[in-house]
Amino acid sequence: MAKNDLQGALDLLILKSLSQLGSMHGYGIVMHIERVSDELLNVEEGSLYPALHRMEQNGWIRAEWAVTEAGRTAKYYALTAAGKRQLAAREKNWEQVAKGVEAILRYA
Amino acid sequence: MGLFRRIWALGRRKSVRSENERELREHMEMRIDANVAKGMSPEQAAREARLRFGNPALMRERVDEEDAALDIASFFRDARYAARGFAKSPGFTAVAIITLALGIGANTAVFQLLDAVRLRSLPIKAPQDLAELRINGGSHGFGVIDGAYAQFTVPMWLEVRRHHDPFSGVFAWRENGMLVGKLSDAKHVNGLEVSGEFFNVLGVAPWQGRLIEPQDEAGCQISKVVVSYPYWKSQMGGQAIAPNTTMLVGGRAVQVLGVTPPSFFGVVVGDRFDLAYPTCTPPNPRREAFVFNVMGRLKPGWTLDRASAYFGPLSKGIFENTAPTEYSPEEIARYKAFRLAAYPAGSGVSALRDAYDKSLKLLLAITGLVLLIACANLANLMLARASTRQREMAIRIALGASRGRLLRQLLIESGLLAFSGAACGVALAQPLSRLLVASLNTSQSAIQLTIATDWRVLLFAVAVAALTAIIFGTVPAFRGTKADPNNSLKSGARGMAGSRERFSVQRLMVVTQIAVSMVLLVGALLFVRSYRNLVTIDPGMRESGITIAYIDFPDLKMKAENLAEFKRQLVEEVRALPGIQNAAESSWTPLTGDSWSHHVHVGSKEGGSQFIYAGPGYFATMGILLLTGRDFTDADTNNAPLVLIVNQAFIRKYLGSTPPIGQPVHVMPEPRYPERTYQIVGTIPDSKYSNLRDDTPPMAFAPAAQLPVTAQGPGMAMMVASNAGQAAIAGIRHDLETRYPNAILQFINFEQNIRDNLVGDRMMAMLSGFFGALAAMLVVVGLYGVLSFFITQRRNEIGIRIALGARRGQVIGLVMRDTAAMLLAGVVFGTILALLAGRTASAMLFGLKAYDLATLVFAFVLLAVIAVLASWLPALRASRLDPAAALRAE
Repeated sequence: MAKNDLQGALDLLILKSLSQLGSMHGYGIVMHIERVSDELLNVEEGSLYPALHRMEQNGWIRAEWAVTEAGRTAKYYALTAAGKRQLAAREKNWEQVAKGVEAILRYA
Repeated sequence: MGLFRRIWALGRRKSVRSENERELREHMEMRIDANVAKGMSPEQAAREARLRFGNPALMRERVDEEDAALDIASFFRDARYAARGFAKSPGFTAVAIITLALGIGANTAVFQLLDAVRLRSLPIKAPQDLAELRINGGSHGFGVIDGAYAQFTVPMWLEVRRHHDPFSGVFAWRENGMLVGKLSDAKHVNGLEVSGEFFNVLGVAPWQGRLIEPQDEAGCQISKVVVSYPYWKSQMGGQAIAPNTTMLVGGRAVQVLGVTPPSFFGVVVGDRFDLAYPTCTPPNPRREAFVFNVMGRLKPGWTLDRASAYFGPLSKGIFENTAPTEYSPEEIARYKAFRLAAYPAGSGVSALRDAYDKSLKLLLAITGLVLLIACANLANLMLARASTRQREMAIRIALGASRGRLLRQLLIESGLLAFSGAACGVALAQPLSRLLVASLNTSQSAIQLTIATDWRVLLFAVAVAALTAIIFGTVPAFRGTKADPNNSLKSGARGMAGSRERFSVQRLMVVTQIAVSMVLLVGALLFVRSYRNLVTIDPGMRESGITIAYIDFPDLKMKAENLAEFKRQLVEEVRALPGIQNAAESSWTPLTGDSWSHHVHVGSKEGGSQFIYAGPGYFATMGILLLTGRDFTDADTNNAPLVLIVNQAFIRKYLGSTPPIGQPVHVMPEPRYPERTYQIVGTIPDSKYSNLRDDTPPMAFAPAAQLPVTAQGPGMAMMVASNAGQAAIAGIRHDLETRYPNAILQFINFEQNIRDNLVGDRMMAMLSGFFGALAAMLVVVGLYGVLSFFITQRRNEIGIRIALGARRGQVIGLVMRDTAAMLLAGVVFGTILALLAGRTASAMLFGLKAYDLATLVFAFVLLAVIAVLASWLPALRASRLDPAAALRAE
């Protein structure tokens, strides 16, 4: 049985975004998810930052202070090797969940 | 990885916090920038960003929490919460902490003593390399043994000094009391005679001056001493040691070489030396006198086993070369078969250890059991507390606390109690163990032990605290957090009528308490009765009004042939003093641990017999009745036929039904004691010999004046009977001091001395009695608490019963039946345990077995009375319940 909850979905979104962007700060991640999902998904800062810090403590991502294009300093996050493995596992897991939900919805 | 990061984060919490704040602020700024770029006014942009962002403080807190290390912050929060909770119920907290402090304190005190006596290493360099050489299997009383640690004769020591390959160095030592100051007013101090290598091999550096070195072993007249730090501080005022520092030892001025460091007390745990002086090798050392203890420091790479394997074959030569000659051939062959072996000595040697090791271990078990009972009481208290907190727990569960979180909270609470108790307990342990040591001190000897709270003691206390926390905290915690919030919140503060199961845990604990206290009570009764047996036993001789006088004349210049007559006259003079009933000389003093035996041949039988040279009047002085034959007279000297008076044990062993009077007894030769034949002229009943515990051995008394001239010396012991008390003794002292100013006098109260030898038994009786009583008291409290709790829980049921017409007696019976069931289960279980535990104690008991029916019955009756006492009040209260009130309160 596939395991999932809301937090898992958020983790997946963040990990995937970082794998697509390479290295990005929190605000950039929010923007990226909004843009790519055509504003269907809206990540709240109240969930984003605790999730980022938890993942950093778990060693999935690492953080570094850097200067943005606009000249501000921001904490940039990037995937670690463990994070990449985690992402792969979560993607697979999500596919199963999606398939399961699909099957339920299609059942007539 | 994550773990390290969290611990790392703990160290730099402050910077993490400010970094998080900055990160979130930057985020907000970026949002504002974007909003402005979309065309909003700056105020509008900031407002929109804040709205989206939510409460920044809360957010920062949540981020910080993710970074917090291992939840240590929340651990402290829990501890604080627990402390607040305890502060709100000071009664409960005080009872819990005091109980634990006493329990853990008692355990730690006993352990501390065990540690000091048994575990702790000597305060010297690399103590683990120190080894003691002994005859494998012991010398079985061969020769003359001088002191508890004497294992070597001087010739044996000289052999080992020449051959000691396994050791980088060896040394010999012995304890020897010395007199310091003017002889007329001399003070007894603990002396240590040491070979020149002693301090060097032990690795003890001087605190002042220098210590004894090999070249100091010269003349046999003491001329140089080293003093211990406490002696230097207390008796010499701690003044710097100069080359001309001297003191009076044995009436002569000797040079003080130096002072040992404060931590060094010698090698005997339980004794503390005052003076050490170099030994000397007399030209013709006695070959049968065992005086020294020999130790060595193992060379690197040598183990005790290897050292023993080295000394095994070497021993043949050593014992061949050093064999005494004046024994019978069998005895000499026995000597030559001895083999040396190496034993660990890193924690020193100790007669104390041999004497009290078992007692201390047993005491540790006893205090452990008392702590267990106390834990059961605490667990019941915590359970009761948990049930009153059911509402709180239910609310916390309803608000989303996980069970693990609540469990942690409750375990932290019991942990906090346990460690507060342990901290108080460790502080309490110091005075307690000092008290314990003091209870073993006697008028004659004081135990000198360094009692310190070292890492072993602390580790022990922490382990005990953790164990108690687990024992008394776990069950209540699991219980407390299992509450179903729905049920608890509905049923009101008092909870539901309570399931059977909840009660059974508490019942089990009461049963355990009763069982354990049964064991403790049986133990207490056994030790108290054993002590009583020892105190009331008839030793077969007069005890009260007897004084042992040890008199020595170090300066007496008198031929050995004349000494017997000199001593006879001395006894006559003492006898004539006012208040003295009788007096007699004796080569041996009863019940003081002394022992002297000869090998005898009687008819066709041979074996050992205790031998005492006693003056005429000895039996009258000691209140021993002559059964048959005649007493000694002044005419029984070495010029008259040799005569003996023997006891019943001697007759049983050697003569059987042969009439003893007139039988010859052949005594085999020993150094200074030539072969002789005595004739039995009288018989006496059996009386105790060297201690109260042992059965009377075969004993033969010969007249003091028939002591072989070769064995005569200027010292003597005199038994003095008097009903005039101290005044008479003072009279003797005064008389002897005036006439022999250089005589060394020592007077010992015989009765007091016998009691002093029972201090170990007294301690066991007192402490086991005390702990037994404590256990009984704890059971009263526990039973009372649990029954009261049960009755509160069953208020409805009892109310209904009374409303339906149950009489008071029936309600009381209801509670009492409960008690009786628990009592019976506990007693059965406890009896089994007591019988099992009895085996370890039986060797320490006197005059009764561990399986003693009367003791078991008495313990049972005691517990029954206690149980009835404890349950009477709750039962009475239950029977007086107003049914209307009880039912309305629901």
